[in-house]
Amino acid sequence: MRVALFLTCLADQFYAEAGVAAVRLLRALGVQVDFPEDQTCCGQPAFNAGYWDEARPLAKRTLRVFAEAAYVVLPSGSCASMVKNHYLELLPGDREALALAEKVYELSQFLVRVLGVKRLGEGLKGKKVAYHHGCHALRELGVREEPLLLLRNAGAEVLPWEASEECCGFGGLFSVKLPEVSLAMADRKLATLHEAEVLTSTDAGCLLHLAGRLHRKGKHLRVVPLATLLWEAYAG
Amino acid sequence: MRARARLYPKEAARLLREKPGVREAVTGATLHFERNRLRAYGEVPIEEWRERAKAVKDHVLTHLDHYLELAERRLRENGVRVHWAETPEDAHRVLREIVQRHGVRRAVKAKSMLTEELAVNPLLQALGVEVYETDLGEYLIQLLGEPPSHIVGPAIHLSLEEIQKLFHQRFGTPLDAPPEALAQVARKVLREAFLSAELGLSGANFLVAETGTLALMENEGNIRLSTSLPRVHVAFVGLEKLLPRFADLALFLPLTARAATGQRLSTFVSLIQGPAREGEEGPEEVHVVLVDHGRTALLQDPEAWETLRCLRCGACLNACPVYRQTGGHPYGYVYSGPIGAVLDPGLLSLEEAYPLPYASTLCGACYEACPVRIPIPRLLLTWRHRAVAEGLTPAWEGAAMKAFRQVMASPALYRLFSKALRGLPLPQDLLPLLKAWTEGRGPLKPSPKPFHELWKELEEAEGGP
Repeated sequence: MRVALFLTCLADQFYAEAGVAAVRLLRALGVQVDFPEDQTCCGQPAFNAGYWDEARPLAKRTLRVFAEAAYVVLPSGSCASMVKNHYLELLPGDREALALAEKVYELSQFLVRVLGVKRLGEGLKGKKVAYHHGCHALRELGVREEPLLLLRNAGAEVLPWEASEECCGFGGLFSVKLPEVSLAMADRKLATLHEAEVLTSTDAGCLLHLAGRLHRKGKHLRVVPLATLLWEAYAG
Repeated sequence: MRARARLYPKEAARLLREKPGVREAVTGATLHFERNRLRAYGEVPIEEWRERAKAVKDHVLTHLDHYLELAERRLRENGVRVHWAETPEDAHRVLREIVQRHGVRRAVKAKSMLTEELAVNPLLQALGVEVYETDLGEYLIQLLGEPPSHIVGPAIHLSLEEIQKLFHQRFGTPLDAPPEALAQVARKVLREAFLSAELGLSGANFLVAETGTLALMENEGNIRLSTSLPRVHVAFVGLEKLLPRFADLALFLPLTARAATGQRLSTFVSLIQGPAREGEEGPEEVHVVLVDHGRTALLQDPEAWETLRCLRCGACLNACPVYRQTGGHPYGYVYSGPIGAVLDPGLLSLEEAYPLPYASTLCGACYEACPVRIPIPRLLLTWRHRAVAEGLTPAWEGAAMKAFRQVMASPALYRLFSKALRGLPLPQDLLPLLKAWTEGRGPLKPSPKPFHELWKELEEAEGGP
């Protein structure tokens, strides 16, 4: 099995270690990993802000970059949904967009649904983990159980968290266009979180936002991308 | 109601700064509604209900001319006087004539968002009519001179303390009077009004075309009283409120109740079939004002017409984490929250409502809650796309997006940007966008090396893919 890793620009710049973890994990599971080096951004920031003419060329080039791949795996629910669901709004009826939509997976979704992996190892034994459901992973891709299954089966205690499925307030440009509302949302989300040792999620944007907010509030909590934690689950 | 939607970003920030209590009250109340809704949805095959309701509404909307004419005919046969109002001014003309003909001095009013759209209360006051809002929440905000902050719970933003203070000043009740005592005071005032008003005003949840029946849902009994005690009843009905058959109520009444409050059915449902007949008690005259106010224009919009399925249940407001931080006032128009963000640009103009489609993280919770599956996130994207196309977004944003596209369209430029991000000190406090980020979250720190550089090492160290 061979997959192309689409790391996405935000993880490339801010969570490079998540990319390393994803590569190691996939390789350890017997998957060959390509990293098409011409990849940049899927275009989501422009698309979500209404700049479809700026987003369209980025969608087109992403389709070209990944045209040859059998599977495209992203350690991001939001960017995966952009490619899977929204490219077809930018490029209605486009054959390449339809083809790519069929082979795009968020990392944990790929592990569970395609590889059929249920257990990675016991590397998270006893760890109290808070899992933030990124909105697009949850509501646009339907990824709810996959990350929880992999974390629990690695020995992690996934904490009950009243607001785990609530939006954290990142929302891309939203976070800087309406910063007061964005921060109030993060505060509400974090106020309902207790006893966690690690906070994780599929999406780099949410994590940057939540980690930043924790930092500003002087709270210490390890915040890592899901890919990193899944590699720890495997490697111990 | 005059729209102040353009001020949304400033007003939202100001409210969070100056009235932190609103956030607390709204969060508490909406989460309560939301839990009830989830429980109530879980008790029934909700996806079938939603799909069916969507199909019925789509059918009515795509055959609206037929059902409007049928409804008008049936209403007239029932002895109801039917008026058509394209604009608020048309509606005002109808109401003014009725008020003057009957010499109305006092009116009782059931909660209706459409009458907010039409600014009915200011008109009545100008005509010298004393107006009583009779829904308890509406009555509270009428006393305070505020607009509703939620479609179903208009006073959702008020704390008990604020209401106690208001009643203390107004009616001399003790500052620690329990809610029941306050409700008793309001009840007494409103009973007087019900018994002496010559005119009752209402909206309608549904208008059944085949029978000409108005259906109104409520929990307090005030709608029943407002529409049956006064001599004259005037109902304002938006064109989108039609249902084809009486039997459709069997789906829409419980679906609306479950979506709005998590009830199986509202405490009261009034089905109004015209004025009192011989030997019956009730109003001598019933008027239905069918109101357009932007609806037929929205119906012709191939990308946004589905918004008209809305039942005004408020479920999307309760589900929305953005709405929950501020309540409805900063949105600056009758409809707030996710449905307001996609309905207001359609009813007003995008220019007037420009910031509202951006009042969302596109989290999708509204779409999951909506009983008629209005694709709100997709509609938000459509309105944003139009805002850009119409040149309503700020110039700096357009320039930034263009630069973003240029960098991302070229791997070479992207690598250069990546180097600059690490090599140059980020002007964290200079660029307004960066400042907006760092103020609340601390400095942005990129990884020591981007992954695309680490990939080389991974490839070499671990022997290729």
